[in-house]
Amino acid sequence: MTVNTGHQAVLEKHTEQEVILKIENLKKYFPIKAGVIQRTIGYVKAVDDISLEVNKGETLGIVGESGCGKSTMGRTLIRLYEPTEGSIYFKGKDISTLPERELKRYFRRQIQMIFQDPYASLNPRRTIRKTLLDPLVTHKLYDKTEEYDQRIKELLEIVGLDASAINRYPHEFSGGQRQRIGIARAIALNPDVIIADEAVSALDVSIQAQIINLLKDLQNEFQLTYIFISHDLSVVRHISDRVAVMYLGKIMELAVRDDLFDDPLHPYSQALLSAVPEMEIEENGQKRERILLKGDLPSPSSPPSGCVFHTRCSAAMPHCMEVMPELKEVKKNHFVACHLFKGKNE
Amino acid sequence: MPLLKENETVEINNHPIIDLNNEKPEKMSAIIFQKFIKNKLAVVGAIYLLLIIFAAIFADVLAPHDPNYQQLLKKLAPPGKEYLLGADNLGRDTLSRLLYGARVSLIVGFVSVAGSIFIGTAVGAIAGYYGGKIDAFLMRFVDVMISFPSIFLLIILVTMFEPSISTLIFVFAIFGWTGTSRLVRGEFLTLRSREYVLAAKTIGIPSYKIIFAHILPNAMGPIIVSATLGVGGVILAESALSYLGLGIQPPTPSWGNMLQSAQTLPIMLDSWWYPLFPGIAILLTVLAFNFVGDGLRDAFDPKIK
Repeated sequence: MTVNTGHQAVLEKHTEQEVILKIENLKKYFPIKAGVIQRTIGYVKAVDDISLEVNKGETLGIVGESGCGKSTMGRTLIRLYEPTEGSIYFKGKDISTLPERELKRYFRRQIQMIFQDPYASLNPRRTIRKTLLDPLVTHKLYDKTEEYDQRIKELLEIVGLDASAINRYPHEFSGGQRQRIGIARAIALNPDVIIADEAVSALDVSIQAQIINLLKDLQNEFQLTYIFISHDLSVVRHISDRVAVMYLGKIMELAVRDDLFDDPLHPYSQALLSAVPEMEIEENGQKRERILLKGDLPSPSSPPSGCVFHTRCSAAMPHCMEVMPELKEVKKNHFVACHLFKGKNE
Repeated sequence: MPLLKENETVEINNHPIIDLNNEKPEKMSAIIFQKFIKNKLAVVGAIYLLLIIFAAIFADVLAPHDPNYQQLLKKLAPPGKEYLLGADNLGRDTLSRLLYGARVSLIVGFVSVAGSIFIGTAVGAIAGYYGGKIDAFLMRFVDVMISFPSIFLLIILVTMFEPSISTLIFVFAIFGWTGTSRLVRGEFLTLRSREYVLAAKTIGIPSYKIIFAHILPNAMGPIIVSATLGVGGVILAESALSYLGLGIQPPTPSWGNMLQSAQTLPIMLDSWWYPLFPGIAILLTVLAFNFVGDGLRDAFDPKIK
């Protein structure tokens, strides 16, 4: 077995904290089919060999450009997509190959998702009662109708909606209110982990703040673990404990929030962070220099050889075109996949 | 960071309780109905269809004569006091036969469309939801069905089995579902990747429930439209088959076979009322179904206000 020392380092980290979700060498390739007989002519490598750990109670932010595979990773994690390869350990149990029936029993209740588009994530033909009943009834949490109704009203209250919303249809609510309903659905089963896939990206800035505060409150109240997927760096910075930067299906850098935002090591992270509009002048009186990436994001169906970032990297060396750097710990709890850096123990 | 700096408190009410108590919830169906009644042609069509359906149900009461009672002396009598819409070549009352014929034509139309919609929806839903090999197989099967020269097959089937109402219904249902299945498949292909379907999956709701309780209600609009248009189509097809002598067999009246017995030139030249009224009945009814179908399509389309 080709044990990846970088991954190994990640996996051995944080032993002191309880690891609730562990991904090992996860891959999700979508076949590209063509022709009459739908022959597979290639693959889109949406998630390409990712390993990471999520600790209980933390918020792991995942950032990257559109098309870098962050949403696919979230959906593969929750088994909406079948993983092509790799393992997903949830509380120590590998759920990556469990059949749907087993998933329903062990997994579905404990991990839920908040979706991006509040206008598409609620079924327009179902009242709020039906939408919130779905998770409760599917897992047969109660016996009596009154108990179900009681729980639905409680859920609406938790997310800051009036109980009178219960008999209404989604189209009667605003985007922010709908997102609250989506959150109510996600917490209905008392899950341990919630994957928030661009959960606030479709909302107005003022509503974003409300929803983020709601998410934070819920995390404190119910000891939730969040995987917060977003392309919005300021939101991720606000809510995350640790942040992973993704590029073309791979993790480029993974670090504690402040380490990453104050001292990004990977050239891609530096470029990404420099793109955030700055309102204040840095302490030394200078504005941070903007790093412009040249070219477009390469197609994930034919990623560049070696380091996938070498085509746009200002620091690319000949070596980068040949070998993909492993994700290795260069400082405490700071992992980078770049040939510029040597591992802490090397 | 412009927004949401660390430790910055956002001064916004975190729990806006919405007050919706005083409003009545507006149901989706109410909106669709309101949009439908704005379309004048569709409303006229719907009223006409309701009248026809009413007339067909109460044909026994409404018909002035026995539809099969022949008075040969009065054959081809022009519209008048005794025969409001004239009499046919065997001296039967055209109005009575039209009323009873409406019964036959509408039963054939509605029942066969119900059958073909059922098959088409099931095939289309499974193909669209599961996709991949199942989809490819089912859709190639649909292609094969469509490539049959169906009018000849219809003729063969109808001659093989006695051409009765039930045979006709069976034949129309068997050959009518392909369009619906393609339509439903298309709807399912787009709906299955909606986030609310993904949400249902993450909850662990079983596939059959997702298909029938979560996706299908959202695909009902196009299905109802296609059913409405389908009824008109079947009434036309029944007329065409009857015209060839393969539809409903006389003496049972259907609008098609009434036209068929009127197809000789002398009758058409001298007794225009005989072919005219069944012809008008078919024309108006098919037109009304199409108007109602168009009206429903617009009413279901969220983009048209």
